Amino acid sequence: MSTPAKEFLHSAAVKSADLAHRSTIRTGIDHYEAAVMRTGARFLDWEAAREQCRAVKWEAVNHLDKYLLEFESRVQDRGGHVFWAETAADARRYISELAARKDVRTVVKSKSMVSEEIDLRQDLEKQGVKVFETDLGELIVQLRDEPPYHLMTPAMHLTRTEIADLFREKYGGVESNDPQHLVDIARRALRDAFFSAEMGITGANFLVADSGMVALTTNEGNGRLGSSLPRIHVVVTGIEKVIPRMQDLAVLWPTLARSAVGQSIACYNTLIGGPRNAKEADGPEEFHVVLLDNGRSELLADAEQREVLHCIRCGACLNVCPVFRKIGGHSYGTVYGGPIGSVLMPHLGGLNKFQHLSFASSLCGACTEACPVKIDLHHHLLQNRRNAVESAERPFGERLAFKLWRWMMMAPKRFAVLGGAARAGLRAVHALGLEGTRLDPLRPWTKTHAPPAIPAESFRSQWRKIATK
Amino acid sequence: MARVLERIGYAIDFPEAQTCCGQPGFNSGYWREARALAERFVGVFRDADFVVCPSGSCTTMVRVFYKELLEGAAREAATNLSSRVFEFSEFLVKVAKITDVGANFPHRVTYHDACHALRELHLRDEPRELLRHVKNLELVEMPYSEECCGFGGTFSTKFPMISAAMGETKAANAGAANVEYVTSTDPSCLMHIDGILRSRKSAVRTIHLASILAQSELSDGNTSPAVTKNSP
Repeated sequence: MSTPAKEFLHSAAVKSADLAHRSTIRTGIDHYEAAVMRTGARFLDWEAAREQCRAVKWEAVNHLDKYLLEFESRVQDRGGHVFWAETAADARRYISELAARKDVRTVVKSKSMVSEEIDLRQDLEKQGVKVFETDLGELIVQLRDEPPYHLMTPAMHLTRTEIADLFREKYGGVESNDPQHLVDIARRALRDAFFSAEMGITGANFLVADSGMVALTTNEGNGRLGSSLPRIHVVVTGIEKVIPRMQDLAVLWPTLARSAVGQSIACYNTLIGGPRNAKEADGPEEFHVVLLDNGRSELLADAEQREVLHCIRCGACLNVCPVFRKIGGHSYGTVYGGPIGSVLMPHLGGLNKFQHLSFASSLCGACTEACPVKIDLHHHLLQNRRNAVESAERPFGERLAFKLWRWMMMAPKRFAVLGGAARAGLRAVHALGLEGTRLDPLRPWTKTHAPPAIPAESFRSQWRKIATK
Repeated sequence: MARVLERIGYAIDFPEAQTCCGQPGFNSGYWREARALAERFVGVFRDADFVVCPSGSCTTMVRVFYKELLEGAAREAATNLSSRVFEFSEFLVKVAKITDVGANFPHRVTYHDACHALRELHLRDEPRELLRHVKNLELVEMPYSEECCGFGGTFSTKFPMISAAMGETKAANAGAANVEYVTSTDPSCLMHIDGILRSRKSAVRTIHLASILAQSELSDGNTSPAVTKNSP
């Protein structure tokens, strides 16, 4: 039977050996890291900015009830609607019914990981609505009929030649693989969609409680266009996106821009507060905010891992992760990949189903070091592993092995005798020339490594000789 | 390591009751099993003035993770001990305040930042400072020296393909630095990198930092036997 764990193992093994993939990702991430270094230098004190972001998110997450209600009431005061969706299905149903009721035939979407989390596009397409992804990277993966590779840069795995080939096939008129030319083609293709869409769907980077505003960041202006041209604007986002005050954006916006793509500030930072009012020339007639829970409340109840809700989805932890760099975004088989996904998915999708991701890490801690809101990511992976051993299915052999390990290590004599026996056994294997073959007990290691040299004696016995001299 | 510490004037004891700090179990989720070993470790080393480990990873286990693993009186005893537990290069530079241990090693060497030493213990300069003071040693930085080598304990056997791919990148970076040796604070990283290097027929070898520092000025600079898991 194919399980997410088996699919992960297979896909990760294939991708790890894919040298072309490795080189594409390295190139992309080298550009990212150089940009992050450049903009990092513009922060007087990056550590202080991280601390400040952490403090803001801590305050919001630990008073989520208060700030969400404040946000809701201010949005309602301006004539907007707020829907509390407990599950993905609730969120989908609300938006699908709204689309049906308002006779929506075309939707323009800007980038939203929450919409991926609830399979929104697929659901709308099922009822015959045409949905256009308008973020360039999202558009590219939509045309390829695959999920986003990365939560910030969805088409990171593709070279511009591959994108040019894709556009040639889907749109025609491709004369070169010059990025500006390719952007122009996408812009022309999307322009009609923007003008004909009855509904624009966006995510939210932050929900500002004290002013009831949705803060939306894009680099292409597609979020601003998609939220102002169609007559209905739907924001779909997670409950953890709320922040207390407008002034908090002063630190959150540049920090997000730096961590996400190495910019000082993103190109378009938009604040949206409701439907068009009587004095405004444009904007939507209707404004809806769908607040998704989908397991987040349970994470909120977990004092040990509550801070995972601080995440601002910048993707920095993916970029710096050496495992992500090898296996790529699609191997995870989850909406959220990389370190944050491995921490989060057991909470959103079930521990037993997604525990394997928490084990698929060398625990190097590069993610924690990069996180702009200071989530202790690699320690949460350790906690997930502990939770898995306590309450999920682990292989019988593994449980037995660790019982034996404890038994051996609790007595230095047993450790010395068994260590000596293991060395003698391995020396015999080497003497017979069996090292690295199927008969080598170190086979799991020697499949990918040259057999280790077997020391003649233990440190313990060397020490005894030195000490008695 | 013992030789270097004695050379600079410390009396060394190796309590034979010691076994393992418990990290393999802790990292694999078996906290109950690891807890027994952690408590045992604290008991064995309770009376030492300093505990010095030739591993940033074991040091991290005691100093950082015992606090998460243990509770009550055991946690208190561990916290009390952990302020006296040091990684080897950290001990030399920060406690013994010595950067020149009188070693001689006429080779081109690059330093691999072991993750726990770098990100949990914040040791970036200490090992490099020691290497810079070794006579005739040429220290060369490799590209991406701070990227994990991919060992990760049981990770390397649960996900061998990912681990080996990470190791390949590390081996290639060491190769790009055109060195004879890769050194580090941690034998586990070196065991992994060594296995990858030799299986890919690389001429680059691995050697533990302590083994370099143990090469005295009188020796001819030939290295001691290959560093393996069982002979720190």
